[in-house]
Amino acid sequence: MPSEDAAPQLDVDQILADPGVRIVVCCGAGGVGKTTTAAALALRAAEQHGRRTVVLTIDPARRLAQSLGLTELDNTPRQVKGIDVEASGGELHAMMLDMKRTFDDVVLQHTDRAKAAEIFANPFYQAMSSTFAGTQEYMAMEKLGQLHARGEWDLIVVDTPPSRSALDFLDAPARLSRFLDGRMLRLLLAPARTGGRSMFSLVTASFGMFSKVVQKVLGAQLLTDLSGFVAALDSMFGGFRQRAEQTYRILQARETAFLLVAAPEPDAVREAAYFAGRLRAERMPLAGLVLNRVHRPAAPDLDAAESLAAAARLADLGGHEATEEVLRAHAALVQQARREQRVAQRFTEEFPAVPAVSVTAQPADVHDVDGLRTIGAAISRA
Amino acid sequence: MVTGKGGTGKTSVAAALALGLAAGGRRTLLVEVEGRQGIAQLFDTEPLPYEERHLADVPGGGEVRALAVDAEEALLEYLDMFYKLGAAGRALRKFGAIDFATTIAPGLRDVLLTGKVKEATTRTAGQRRVYDAVVLDAPPTGRIGRFLNVTAETARLAKVGPIKTQSEGVSALLRSPMTAVHVVTLLEEMPVQETIDAIAELTSFGFPVGRVIVNAARPPLPAGRVVSQAELRRGLIAAGLPADRDTVAGLYAEAQDQTIRRELEDSLRADLVELGLPLIELPLLPEGVDRAGLDRLAEALVRAD
Repeated sequence: MPSEDAAPQLDVDQILADPGVRIVVCCGAGGVGKTTTAAALALRAAEQHGRRTVVLTIDPARRLAQSLGLTELDNTPRQVKGIDVEASGGELHAMMLDMKRTFDDVVLQHTDRAKAAEIFANPFYQAMSSTFAGTQEYMAMEKLGQLHARGEWDLIVVDTPPSRSALDFLDAPARLSRFLDGRMLRLLLAPARTGGRSMFSLVTASFGMFSKVVQKVLGAQLLTDLSGFVAALDSMFGGFRQRAEQTYRILQARETAFLLVAAPEPDAVREAAYFAGRLRAERMPLAGLVLNRVHRPAAPDLDAAESLAAAARLADLGGHEATEEVLRAHAALVQQARREQRVAQRFTEEFPAVPAVSVTAQPADVHDVDGLRTIGAAISRA
Repeated sequence: MVTGKGGTGKTSVAAALALGLAAGGRRTLLVEVEGRQGIAQLFDTEPLPYEERHLADVPGGGEVRALAVDAEEALLEYLDMFYKLGAAGRALRKFGAIDFATTIAPGLRDVLLTGKVKEATTRTAGQRRVYDAVVLDAPPTGRIGRFLNVTAETARLAKVGPIKTQSEGVSALLRSPMTAVHVVTLLEEMPVQETIDAIAELTSFGFPVGRVIVNAARPPLPAGRVVSQAELRRGLIAAGLPADRDTVAGLYAEAQDQTIRRELEDSLRADLVELGLPLIELPLLPEGVDRAGLDRLAEALVRAD
């Protein structure tokens, strides 16, 4: 596999065992096995390395969630029973992010009950806490910050939201906090006050008109609701930004390890490379690449052309249909493995110093603790 | 509309559909709305601007054009149409106002995106529609219901005004027989589950679901063909191949994995058949998705019609 030839081998066990590492963030495009990887790593940290671990999942497949005992979305970590921690003394807890409830909690923490009730009743808050683009990413960061602040976990493993682009995870919190305490919002809600003082008359003129246009397009009721929402949240703006910045700093610290998760498909690898560049620019600690679902022929010495030629001979001979089929399947597997290798090489060529590990594709989907254990061992090459 | 879980190849399928529908000298428009530049990457071209561009010729005089819709550009275009903003509009953009406006109202962004699709779909030149078909590489299954259900989202916030009128027009088109939402999946557990969930959601919102498209499919398992190691060895010898223990054991392990995989695929296929919708299976392209591969998929899609 290319990651073994070109890139240094990623040693996941070293990361999971390191007491200095307190947060592992799994990120990557959708559909590459991010959640499964996060759960498998967390299980391994608890079982093999005796760490008190919590895994924060965003949107797990139903059966995977059930296997972790996550039958309801209650936004608090629940201990996973029936795992093998007798020798290690570790613990595994799991939780599923409830975006709306996390947002509600933040509001409650920053204000009194009466004001909170007012905020909860505001239609703008209701829309924003459940559908605002970026709220899920923001709340994932918020929850991570909360778990970290409590200091009761040796290791927090985070699965990132299934964003349209992996980068949303880094951008959305900033976007939301910019929005919440943005001067745009203030300008919009108090155009008269700022209008006279602004030095940029063209902008101010445009803005007055813009405000009118927004009124026309969106309707006056929306602006009234928004105004009420902003007034009610006013005291919390500073807090929102401060928390987002705090979490950002934690992510840059040595106690955090980012793992890119990808599958050997062009889109996923491109996304991983993009994300690697971005982490480097943000000075966030990239620990390595987990390349999932890699196909590996079990009879590597038999090449595709040879295999297909032999299948053709057997077809002429007759009587060996089963072998013929196995040989054709083998040829397809070898071709697929070669194609995957070429795709993965694009990442290693761009980031030769990033350690990587390839995980062989499982014949069936994983949805129990045994399956997660197998995956964990495969990632660790144990 | 082509949706599907991330990683199922919905962009490739959307592109293949646009190629297929352009056969026989027709003209189609392939649209993306998520700023991923997936179409440009697929066709190995420069990033697409917010402008309809020639993308590919199709034998028989057909043409596929492509468009990457940008919500901010669409808002400016829209405001300009109704309010004649001109230079002020550009100043607003500099100031970040457009970004603000497209994020301020959940759903506004989606109304703008689907609104642009509606405009392209219904545009005419002379007596004729400009496009015979518009294919949208739509957001993934997890977001498709909310994306298409624009009226419900905007109605929560905008009770009157042009946004409401606009979203009602879009909504009517999306629920008309002119629209079909196709769902792309792989024969894997999570994509199939999301396909089933998305179809239930789309149906409950009243959107016409088209076909379930199984991408990268292999033919169903021939019944009862399980191979033994002894049989494999005989076969390898008959074919003149090395029949040492490692080769036999390796091929045997591969065959077992294949059997597990295919049994799972067969059961997932049965779940999809149960949906009662037309099912199309597209072959796995072992050499990756290039233009020749897309043409193969296009042919398979059109043949199935």
